[in-house]
Amino acid sequence: MNAIYILWLRELKRYTRSRAQIVASLGQPMLYLLVLGFGLGPVFQRAGNGNYFQFVAPGVISMSVLFSSIFSGLGLLWDRQFGFLKETLVAPVPRIQIMIGRTLGGCTVAVIQGLLVTLISVIAGFRPSNYSAIPVALGFMLLIALTFAAVGVAIGSGLQDMQGFQLIMNFLVLPIYFLSGAMFPLADQKLPLRIATGIDPLSYGVDGLRSALLGISFYGRFTDFVVLAVLATLLMFFGAWRFSKIEI
Amino acid sequence: MIRVQNLVKTFGTFTAVNDVSFEVAEGEIFAFLGPNGAGKTTTIKMLTTLLKPTSGEIELDGLNPAVKQNEARRRFGIVFQDPSLDGDLTAEENMEIHGVLYHVPHKVRRQRTETLLKQFELWERRKDQVKKFSGGMKRRLEIARGFLHTPKILFLDEPTLGLDPQSRNQLWTHVKKVNEAEKVTVFLTTHYMDEAERVAHRVGVIDHGKLVAQGTPQAIKEQTGTTSLEEAFLKLTGSTIRDESAGSADQMRQFAKMWQGGRR
Repeated sequence: MNAIYILWLRELKRYTRSRAQIVASLGQPMLYLLVLGFGLGPVFQRAGNGNYFQFVAPGVISMSVLFSSIFSGLGLLWDRQFGFLKETLVAPVPRIQIMIGRTLGGCTVAVIQGLLVTLISVIAGFRPSNYSAIPVALGFMLLIALTFAAVGVAIGSGLQDMQGFQLIMNFLVLPIYFLSGAMFPLADQKLPLRIATGIDPLSYGVDGLRSALLGISFYGRFTDFVVLAVLATLLMFFGAWRFSKIEI
Repeated sequence: MIRVQNLVKTFGTFTAVNDVSFEVAEGEIFAFLGPNGAGKTTTIKMLTTLLKPTSGEIELDGLNPAVKQNEARRRFGIVFQDPSLDGDLTAEENMEIHGVLYHVPHKVRRQRTETLLKQFELWERRKDQVKKFSGGMKRRLEIARGFLHTPKILFLDEPTLGLDPQSRNQLWTHVKKVNEAEKVTVFLTTHYMDEAERVAHRVGVIDHGKLVAQGTPQAIKEQTGTTSLEEAFLKLTGSTIRDESAGSADQMRQFAKMWQGGRR
């Protein structure tokens, strides 16, 4: 138990210590939020879909949680390179505890990151329709974080160097984001896109977050929750299994 | 305490460790010597559960580290050849994580951290992030950390690499002390033959993955008809210079340095 705590704490310390990185990691969401959010606003309005900024904010919040959590898992790669991973792997602590500690740490950081983006959205004019649903929104952020931190660990366990990193960014992380309906409504899409968005786990996260913050939902909040919870659990087991197989 | 039989490790077509067998008794200091790329570190990685052997048997205190990983890990401590610190954390925090992971009780941990950091002259800098340390200081911290808990078996993989004579002296004094007072079995690798001759009870010489000689330093000198371990070593392994190919980890570390250099 202590091992989980100390490794969780480590992730938090590393996060709070790299202030420059916190600011940098907020840059991209702000671009999406402010440029896209306001830029596409008039078109969206003319198409009769209402306020685009309101619509896209939960999507951008999901994005920051997605990026932060998946990169926390891939952070294994850095620990492998800087050697700290070895130090934890030879310690007399079951590897599952090592994995849980780091992953929970990464998830906490991802949720904090999500909350920061929420705050920025609110400052920029985002108005949740229902403030009492904030805990529900927090729950969905956590589920997104758990799901993708597990994906990150599963992939990071097998990565040896930086080359694979670009590949994952372009062929996994960005498609997950773009196909999630974070930036466009899922309703009335053609079949191929509907299938693609349907198998993207983040779609359910974005949808759940939207249902909590705006009261609109495509899949239904219950479905969102069940799909994410089941996926997060399965992926956690998969990630833990991959982590236990690491050789250095 | 350590028993290795017909140990083999291959990476693709390359055989890093080729049919190695040896035993280290309880309370013994065993030096594992060999040129670069001979298979020393690979052997240590297999002994410390970081790699699974291709074939052969290993026993640590009667346990197979490939099967009973956790029980085996409880029995040893290790100082790695290459860095294994967290640069974003302070010296003190690195010690703390180690202490927690190795189940050192809180009070003992605080006391020993203080003693060890003072001994290796890092106490004044304990609140500084490790990434601001010089190479020698990082190395000293790494060693101090390795001594935080008292294992049954201590693995030291080229511990004196990059250490000044003062720290080296501290290190060997400490190793001898725990070996004598607490019967800690020590398994070490080094490139400095004088050190091996001074501290080791027995040595094994490995080259191209094969164990070419083992015995007391005296016996090896007699066997090769030489007067020092250094000469014996050269006679056994030849005088051509070896080079390890840079592993992906080394390449990556260079890349990371470049990248961070631009950022910070």
